[in-house]
Amino acid sequence: MRDLDEKAAQAKEKKATIGPDIDLDAYESEPVPHDYVEDLSTLSEADKKRMLLAGVDAEESERSGTYVQKDTAVLYAHSKQEGLEVMPIKEALKQYDWVEDYYWKLMAVDTDKYTARAQLDLHDGYVIRALPGTKVIYPVQACLYLEKEGLSQNVHNIIIAEEGSELHIITGCATAAHLRRGLHVGISEFYVKKDAKLSFTMIHHWAEEMMVRPRSVGRVEAGGLFLNNYICMRPVKSLQMYPTTHLVGKGAVARFYSLLVGSPGSEMDVGGRIFLKEAETRAEIVSRAITNGGNIIARGDLVGEVPRVKAHLECRGLILNGGSIHAIPELEGKVDGVEMSHEAAVGKIAQEEILYLMSRGLSEDEATATIVRGFLSVDIPGLPPQLKAEIDRAVEQSDKDMM
Amino acid sequence: MLVIEDLQVKLGDKEILKHIDLEIHPGETHVLFGPNGSGKTSLLMTIMGYPQYRVTGGKIFFKGEDITNMPVNERAKLGIGMSYQRPPTIHGVKTRQMVQICTKGEVDVEALAEKVNFSEFLERDINAGFSGGEIKRSELLQLMAQDADLLLFDEPESGVDLENISLIGGTISRLLQRDFKVNAGKTQKQRRNERTKMGLIITHTGFILDYVTADKGQVLYEGVLTCTSNPREIFRCISEVGYGECVRCAI
Repeated sequence: MRDLDEKAAQAKEKKATIGPDIDLDAYESEPVPHDYVEDLSTLSEADKKRMLLAGVDAEESERSGTYVQKDTAVLYAHSKQEGLEVMPIKEALKQYDWVEDYYWKLMAVDTDKYTARAQLDLHDGYVIRALPGTKVIYPVQACLYLEKEGLSQNVHNIIIAEEGSELHIITGCATAAHLRRGLHVGISEFYVKKDAKLSFTMIHHWAEEMMVRPRSVGRVEAGGLFLNNYICMRPVKSLQMYPTTHLVGKGAVARFYSLLVGSPGSEMDVGGRIFLKEAETRAEIVSRAITNGGNIIARGDLVGEVPRVKAHLECRGLILNGGSIHAIPELEGKVDGVEMSHEAAVGKIAQEEILYLMSRGLSEDEATATIVRGFLSVDIPGLPPQLKAEIDRAVEQSDKDMM
Repeated sequence: MLVIEDLQVKLGDKEILKHIDLEIHPGETHVLFGPNGSGKTSLLMTIMGYPQYRVTGGKIFFKGEDITNMPVNERAKLGIGMSYQRPPTIHGVKTRQMVQICTKGEVDVEALAEKVNFSEFLERDINAGFSGGEIKRSELLQLMAQDADLLLFDEPESGVDLENISLIGGTISRLLQRDFKVNAGKTQKQRRNERTKMGLIITHTGFILDYVTADKGQVLYEGVLTCTSNPREIFRCISEVGYGECVRCAI
């Protein structure tokens, strides 16, 4: 731990390689006390409503477990299923030696000032683990909720799908209705072990003046599957993330899907990077970006390091009403025998499509909304129905706001 | 009734329809012949209301209303429907959803799809990777759901294999109330007299005439409607002497 602190201290001023720099001193970081709740239903109706927007259901129906953190404090951490662990990371680090084997093992603590901050001033975060062979019936939900104006929320999450397990997580980051300004720094490390399956769906629901710097790395072993979905359709001041995954075992698969909507004043720089390091690994990155005034950079990077790997990157952007989309798809094949491809397209809605729908009776606005919703409805194979429903809901909510 | 009076249309700077006069009465179906580039599709698109087809003169009336400047969706609501030759693909919009859009109300999508042998396409994105014949069946499925009164068909037989041509022909006949099913209550003559649906069918090959009866044939040549006659006679004439003869009537 002391080593980590030392390394982090050296990186305190280290700017990130991409994205606008943030003055960390401009945000408060003092712990904000909130009481632990025994029962989620006792949360205020206002909080429940905001959390629900990010896919977190206080009723816990059709959920296998829940983690809720408000500002810096853990409100609730609970597993409803045997073989599934859901706990706050600070407590887990104290109680179990094995947690350290996963803590800062994929992500370097001195990557940039944000990782350093998460080490030096850790508020909490979650450890979610499915024990070997455990298959969760319903998704686990996690919510990182921000209520205090001007706070920097620094969290670290560790997700482990042990050998042969199946784990689905929906994590919602949301802000209280009144909150405008804040910073969220979130470290996530994903371990998908042999023949395990992990789906991780993150829905962000931020505020106009929020700065967001997630940092995440995943590692997938032989026969494992990592499905990573990211949805951000709400205004945010600046969001920059470039999650990376390493496919280290034969036949490992990673698929990243992201849906972004850029509102006026929002800067989003979102990408995905997957390293294919073993034969028969497969990777796919699919991104859909719409802007109606915001600036979006959609990155994707696939790196094939060994023969007999397959990877595809698809990036589509739609400029509805001002703003910009910069698609940066990258492929790096480092040896003979890799099979990698990408397609990228940025444009506006085709008039021909609008008129086709109008000739079936829709008004121009209805036709536009139908096309936009279609653009954002990406089929994600392997996603449980509850999570599909949450994504559909986010899309529906967003096009109500856009139109 | 559809009434077109002295219609002149430009696409870009080019005059593509010249002083068109055309009337289609309730229950009537017309077949539109003409060589490539003569303006057949343009005429259909103008009736449907596509804004790039700019009306520079004349008027279009439908059901007594002047629709010359009416937006596309209002024409659809008034009862004009179109079967496209090359409709656009819309990613993420399923065929099932399109059928529902056409009906505005409740409809048994499965039962309709079965009629045109299209059930397995309902969950596919509309027109994505559809073959020529599949596009036609999808278009007819949408028109069946829409229940329009004036149906515009742009080359409904093009790209359709032999296996499906009678299915498509039969469906168009039904849509235009021109099928000959035996009905205990009504004689065939009564059924014919009670027809209300109007049709305008573009055909290149004339094959559709083997499946759908029509009242009139029209020839469009270089933007001019050059003659109106019995559709079979026009087809025979074109087959034997070619469109070259039309130039003599276009001047």
